[in-house]
Amino acid sequence: MGMTIGEKIIALAAGVSQVKAGDIHTVNLDRMMSNDGTTHLTVDMYYHKLNHPRIADPKKMVFIVDHNVPSDSPKTAAAQKKMRDFAREHGIDFWEGEGVCHQVMMEKYVCPGELIFGADSHTCTYGALGAFGTGVGCTDLLYGMVTGSSWVLVPETIKFNLTGRLRKGVYPRDLMLTIIGQIGASGASYQVMEFCGDGAGTLSVEDRMVLCNLAVEAGAKTAIFEPDDIALQWLNRRGRKPKAVFKSDEDAEYVKEYTFDLDQIRPVAARPDFVDDVAPVEDVQGVRIDEAFLGSCNNGRIDDLRVGAAVVKGRKVSDHVRFLVVPASRQVYLQALEEGLIQIFMESGAIVMNPNCSVCWGSCQGVIGEGEVLISTGTRNFKGRAGHPSSKVYLGSAATVAASAVKGEICTADML
Amino acid sequence: MEHFTGRVWVLGDDIDTDIIIPTEYLALKSIEDMKQYGFSPLRPDLAGKIKQGDMIVAGKNFGCGSSREQAPEVLKALGIRCIIARSFARIFFRNSINNGLLLMEQQDLCSDVSEGQEIEVVVNSHVSCNGKRYPLASLPDNLVEIINAGGLVRAMRARNGLAV
Amino acid sequence: MGQTIVEKIIARNIEAEQVKPGEIVTVSVDRVMLDDIMIPFIADKFQEMGFRKIWNPDKAVLIYDHLVPSSQLDDTRHYKVGDAFAEKYGIEHVHRSDGICHQLMTEAGYVKPGDVVFGTDSHTTTYGCVGAFSTGIGYTEMAAILGTGALWVKVPETIRIEINGPLPANVMSKDVILRIIGDLGADGATYQALEFVGDGVERMSVSSRMTMANMAIEAGAKCALFTPDEKTARYCNVELNEFQKGLAGDEDASYCRRLTYRGEDFVPVMACPSQVDKIREVKELEGLPIDQVFIGSCTNGRLEDLMAAAKVLEGKQVAPFVKLIVTPASRKVYEEAMACGAIGTLVKAGAMVTHPGCGLCCGRAGGILCDGERVVATNNRNFLGRMGTSKVEIYLASPAVAAACAAAGAIACPL
Repeated sequence: MGMTIGEKIIALAAGVSQVKAGDIHTVNLDRMMSNDGTTHLTVDMYYHKLNHPRIADPKKMVFIVDHNVPSDSPKTAAAQKKMRDFAREHGIDFWEGEGVCHQVMMEKYVCPGELIFGADSHTCTYGALGAFGTGVGCTDLLYGMVTGSSWVLVPETIKFNLTGRLRKGVYPRDLMLTIIGQIGASGASYQVMEFCGDGAGTLSVEDRMVLCNLAVEAGAKTAIFEPDDIALQWLNRRGRKPKAVFKSDEDAEYVKEYTFDLDQIRPVAARPDFVDDVAPVEDVQGVRIDEAFLGSCNNGRIDDLRVGAAVVKGRKVSDHVRFLVVPASRQVYLQALEEGLIQIFMESGAIVMNPNCSVCWGSCQGVIGEGEVLISTGTRNFKGRAGHPSSKVYLGSAATVAASAVKGEICTADML
Repeated sequence: MEHFTGRVWVLGDDIDTDIIIPTEYLALKSIEDMKQYGFSPLRPDLAGKIKQGDMIVAGKNFGCGSSREQAPEVLKALGIRCIIARSFARIFFRNSINNGLLLMEQQDLCSDVSEGQEIEVVVNSHVSCNGKRYPLASLPDNLVEIINAGGLVRAMRARNGLAV
Repeated sequence: MGQTIVEKIIARNIEAEQVKPGEIVTVSVDRVMLDDIMIPFIADKFQEMGFRKIWNPDKAVLIYDHLVPSSQLDDTRHYKVGDAFAEKYGIEHVHRSDGICHQLMTEAGYVKPGDVVFGTDSHTTTYGCVGAFSTGIGYTEMAAILGTGALWVKVPETIRIEINGPLPANVMSKDVILRIIGDLGADGATYQALEFVGDGVERMSVSSRMTMANMAIEAGAKCALFTPDEKTARYCNVELNEFQKGLAGDEDASYCRRLTYRGEDFVPVMACPSQVDKIREVKELEGLPIDQVFIGSCTNGRLEDLMAAAKVLEGKQVAPFVKLIVTPASRKVYEEAMACGAIGTLVKAGAMVTHPGCGLCCGRAGGILCDGERVVATNNRNFLGRMGTSKVEIYLASPAVAAACAAAGAIACPL
């Protein structure tokens, strides 16, 4: 019987020829990523809960400090120090200030066909390259670190058939928010969202990252694109080789199928406090904002900065708005620097920060106060995520966020 | 002449404003919220032990560092009646006077007094400790005016014809 | 009888022929600086005092810098209070994310040679770099100035510090002022003015002078002054008038103390934990491992500082497991450092470049450390607990030394 891409990756990792949804398999993990959100907890467990602490293969491990960078408190600093010391002692690849973990993983590690665990829910991003990446808790991560393996329940797969092409002024983020709005925050729970069709071929790897990254907001275990020429060339340019290049079989089994016509997608926003509460931007236009955020593992890449810069060029950020621009990685920052985008943002009055999770994670940069409103290209708009419990977060595309920063209220770029 | 007695906390030289109230707590809403963190980098338990009417005796350059007026306000809120030091930093000195916190310079007391002792202060005259008298200089007239007005806020209220 | 610079400024301000140290006088204020941490307190006191308007809103400058970007839940309240205060009383000079207050006050042209300026931050002494009399005050006095336009000051005595001859190649003005603070002691200039003279300071850029004026408070000084010259005029974008040109200490002025240094005698130094006056030569400390380096602040976050750091780090990498945090002093500095390639060099070397603001120097975010960590920083204070816990060791140094330390992962001298 046929298999989907996700099933094939699991089968390869399990060393079996066939898997089907609902099976439980022991798998070898190709790579594990852990960031400063939880690594200190994993390290504590490693030292205090294990009788024979060991690491199966330090080369499979990547530690990335991205959530609170630079550190904002002695507590954060102590957690990061624990992580740094552990990485140094065990020879684990360690990145600090290099960028948001998923962006760094895509730039430096992820290969098609790999099975990757990350101690962060947005690990599903790696499907953009045809890898199976999924988020786990620190106990699962510890088990993987010690044994090099784990177990997985083979998920069902939902097929998302993409047709057409996104119109000018409409972005992959609008597409993914529209999809989540339609299928709901649990619309793909424990399932794989597989994107395919002609429309998929119009999307760059970066575009695909936007879609895969947000899959967890529909409850998905992961999301995946077939690694086509676009993906393989992207990988080749970075000097990496695929582990395996899988296509879904004709007769693979899908639990559900959806078709989205990219031509029909319009700029949308997710309203507070749910990612699936999606509406056309027109429905929320005019909402006064206090802060705007352009960044994150979802939307802090060079494409997004180009879009944002084009909107603010020659304009000024509204007096009452703090506009935070946070490139997703050092590479993205340097590219933006070279293209003059950082200069455009600085001239507009934006606050440009070093690559990190920033206010998407709501911790140490751009924390919003009581009753304040943020429009963000981040991943989530849950209650209180960006600061005070009474504050509100809207999600929109880079263009919508940049335009709103200029106008001081929510609007699309063509409303400026 | 104004005089009072009180228990003494003894601190060293160069007690800076970051020690008196760290920057981390400066944006808390009120002095009342801040005061529990007084002296936390140096002696985290000290703020909880200070009682109304206690005094601080210290070495040179007390209050050096930042212009944060939260420093004298926190000390006042903790109940500190006065500070007797070898010398004071300039901005801290002005801020204290403006808030009606009494500061006095005295060269010898800090090496003779022990923490927890009771001392008697006679303003503009002397301190008595262990049966010995330590002279105090008088404050300049313009400062006495501010103190007599009840601090700078009250002085300005009076200037603006408001009740003080 | 001759006068010192500060005496000349105060005398002219109060329209007197002459003033003497110790005299208490009331000055008319030319400019005030209000910062984000203090603005809620200033607003409260201003209202409590019963004022209905600011004496001259054009003379007030409101700057958000300590809390930019916001890092704690209540931080944005300060912006809100500041915005409302500015709106109500007509303050139009408001900078919400343009950099550190002391950098902006001279850079954006708010302070001119000979001005009398007060700010709600101790490093207000910085503006002496252009020959202004400026000093830090508390929020109650600021509220009183906003209402009245005046403040009493005691005319300070002056310490004359002469520096002759050029500095060695790897020595910056930071090394000079640290050495001087070490010699004076942390309270060595309390209530006094410092006056810097000699061809050693004439050779310095205005930025280098700023570093020295900025740190004068660390010796307890009320202010620190430099004679305005052609460089000052260019920096301030003014033509110096006769009064401004004459802002030099007279031959027969009376100084409470005179110090003389030879430029060539200065070497790279550090202030060791946890006193700014605990000065040692960098070479004595070489090899001590470090965890982090911070380059920034109103002391040393300017273009020449970032360029000095970039020069050291060009083609190099920050040592593994060491963090380098760079926080330019202002938006303008950031833009200029981008244009000359310094930002690119630093980021390629592994630096985290944050948005201009006080950053780590004020200890609220931007690279806070934990017990047992050691940091080399270019800012002005290494007080206990200033950058995290009281078990963090802070070493203050020049940007060149700091960059060399970042590359070595240990205390090191620039080559």
